[in-house]
Amino acid sequence: MNVSISGTPRTPGTDRLDAAGLDRLLAAKEIAIFCGPGGVGKTSVAAAAAAGAAARLGGKVLVVTVDPARRLADALGLAGIGNLERPVPLERLKEAGLMGTAKPQTESKGKPQGSSLWAAMLDTKRSWDDLVLRHAPDEATAYRILENRLYHNITARFVQSHDYIAMERLHEIHQSGAYDLIVVDTPPTRNALDFLEAPQRMAEFFGGRLLRWLTMPYRFAGRRGARMVNLASKPFYQVADRILGSAFLEDIAEFFLNFQSMYDGFVQRARSVERLLHDRRTTFVVVSTLEAAPLREAEFFMAELVERRLHLGALVLNKALPDYLLDEAGAASARLLATDPGPAAAAATAAFDPCTAPGGSGASPGITDATVRRVLQTVGDSFLNFQLVAKREAELRSELSRVPECVLRVPYFESDIHDLSGLARLSEHLFVPR
Amino acid sequence: MPSTPDLLGRRLLFFTGKGGVGKSTVSAATALLAAEAGQRVLLVSADGKGDIAAFFEHAPVGFRPEKVYPGVKAMAMDTEASLREYLRLNLRMPFPARLGPLAKALDFVATAAPGVKEILTIGKICWDVRESLEGRARWDLVVVDAAATGHIVAQLGAAQAIEELVTVGPVRSQTGWMTEILSDPATTALNVVVTPEEMPVHETIDLVDRVRAELSVPFGTIAVNRVLPELFTRSEEAAFAALRRPEAVVALAGVAGPGAGTVLEAADLAVTLRRTRAAHLARLREAVDLPLVYLPELFVRAEGMRVTRMTADALGEELGV
Repeated sequence: MNVSISGTPRTPGTDRLDAAGLDRLLAAKEIAIFCGPGGVGKTSVAAAAAAGAAARLGGKVLVVTVDPARRLADALGLAGIGNLERPVPLERLKEAGLMGTAKPQTESKGKPQGSSLWAAMLDTKRSWDDLVLRHAPDEATAYRILENRLYHNITARFVQSHDYIAMERLHEIHQSGAYDLIVVDTPPTRNALDFLEAPQRMAEFFGGRLLRWLTMPYRFAGRRGARMVNLASKPFYQVADRILGSAFLEDIAEFFLNFQSMYDGFVQRARSVERLLHDRRTTFVVVSTLEAAPLREAEFFMAELVERRLHLGALVLNKALPDYLLDEAGAASARLLATDPGPAAAAATAAFDPCTAPGGSGASPGITDATVRRVLQTVGDSFLNFQLVAKREAELRSELSRVPECVLRVPYFESDIHDLSGLARLSEHLFVPR
Repeated sequence: MPSTPDLLGRRLLFFTGKGGVGKSTVSAATALLAAEAGQRVLLVSADGKGDIAAFFEHAPVGFRPEKVYPGVKAMAMDTEASLREYLRLNLRMPFPARLGPLAKALDFVATAAPGVKEILTIGKICWDVRESLEGRARWDLVVVDAAATGHIVAQLGAAQAIEELVTVGPVRSQTGWMTEILSDPATTALNVVVTPEEMPVHETIDLVDRVRAELSVPFGTIAVNRVLPELFTRSEEAAFAALRRPEAVVALAGVAGPGAGTVLEAADLAVTLRRTRAAHLARLREAVDLPLVYLPELFVRAEGMRVTRMTADALGEELGV
């Protein structure tokens, strides 16, 4: 049933890049997790993949995004709403050329008939609140947690908290069975691996020996107002007390005592999430640009995915410069124009002139030969500058040592992707051309 | 437009920015610029990545500052080492032996109350600045490659957060002087590195608002990185448009070879990219009343000292150093 596109390493140098699209991959998967370093356009790529999948492969597709640019959020109909999943209106998808217009819904097997694109934004704070309300043993405990002074701090700033809640939400949505495909845009993290470990760490965190040790005096002494009896002998408490003060420690303990009532649920769900990530229906798509630092991070991440036996489905190289910048004929012309623009300027100026140029489209008053020379020189220099960057990119690409079978390149768009037609254009590069 | 601030006249410079905009490059370049102006500089990588030293072609550094260039020492933040130093200096607690379990406990407490890790970072930095302010100077300037925009408010606001959470205890009494250093405009400046792209600009505008609302840390400058060159003047633009006409392209190809059309196409791409970025820049300028410095897109082979050098040169020119 599953067409598994293997994530086994390829030998370097086999340059079968840009071979396919995400078609086969996304047709066989239920969850596609887009990850990679920050600032590479992950959100746009994930949204475009979801839109493209809904339009081309059909089905009910959801994109869960974390921190979209405001205009993109508007385009997806996400502005101002929190955690709810919302359908992107079909008319707007049609207007953008996604769905319907190219191939009407009369298609055989009726695949695109029921297709729809849904979007949801991840609101960390609200997700945590929901989680507590849902899983606390009783309402009183839930509110004690929500009102703890540390609760906000922990859920809003705890580094893994975003990652954890993203995974938790993914599990919940997947379990609802409401979608054919869920595309996840992962939160920006200092370490792209954090979210993989988040469920595990969360379970460890709440079940750890250290926590039990820390809350021990309180567990026996009852709820608030516990005294730090007998603790003076223990060096840890001594130090902690001297640094932080016992009132603070009591706050921590109270929070965790309450939170621990949800421990079993955490462990159970952490296991479920772990299982889901390793499931054959889940794939990872790594997004990067062709710059040295992000690419290094992406490579490391791909190696880690393989190491952890997670499914590496594709690598998307975003914002790539166009191939024509590598053109040798272009370079030759550019060098000539940059160093000796005179003759070319003369020829071009002659071509402007309606008297000397047969069929010329008219005079261009005010354009002097000197101006044309300067322009040609600038143009030549600029080409050589951009070629340097394009060559650097090409070299980095060929050095990629461990890549999945499916490597896609998305060109640098002259304007940012901020609407559905932008997503449509981007998705053209992610799927096999129609 | 506000005038360019005397950045190098401060004692403590933070650089933040969205991931991938060149925050570390600009931090390293600032350190280089200051060192070559005769200052003794400490360059701190606040996220603990020792590879900040790579910007000076130096092997990764740790918590102990190492000389990476004449006048520049670099260190990578390590909260555990910072705690050890703090305990040694402040509580006179002799316990290297006890540090094993303590480190674990620290990790735990830091997770529970995230201000703790940040306070150890910001505390160490402020301590170094205070030392030099009080004449036990080892540094004239501390340059911090700080947390990214998403995390910088928590980092700089750690002292404040601790004050809210911890009501008594030695940590509490330690936060006042930090806030003092961090909010003194003669001492400290928070700088934002940005590229003229939608998300970085958006995050920068948000950040400026948030910092002003939640912290008292003064701003220095916004460094706009990777600015593409303006290719043409108005009259040259008209000439370029004329050159793109088919008959001109044919004439050009006759002299400059068959690649001439490609060269013109590439120039068109460069112009479009510049124009898109200019629009984002305009939005930034409109929304934020801070001085901007512009650093050009560098068409170079790789990162490293070459980029640090070129960025420092451009920065020096902008700051009038």
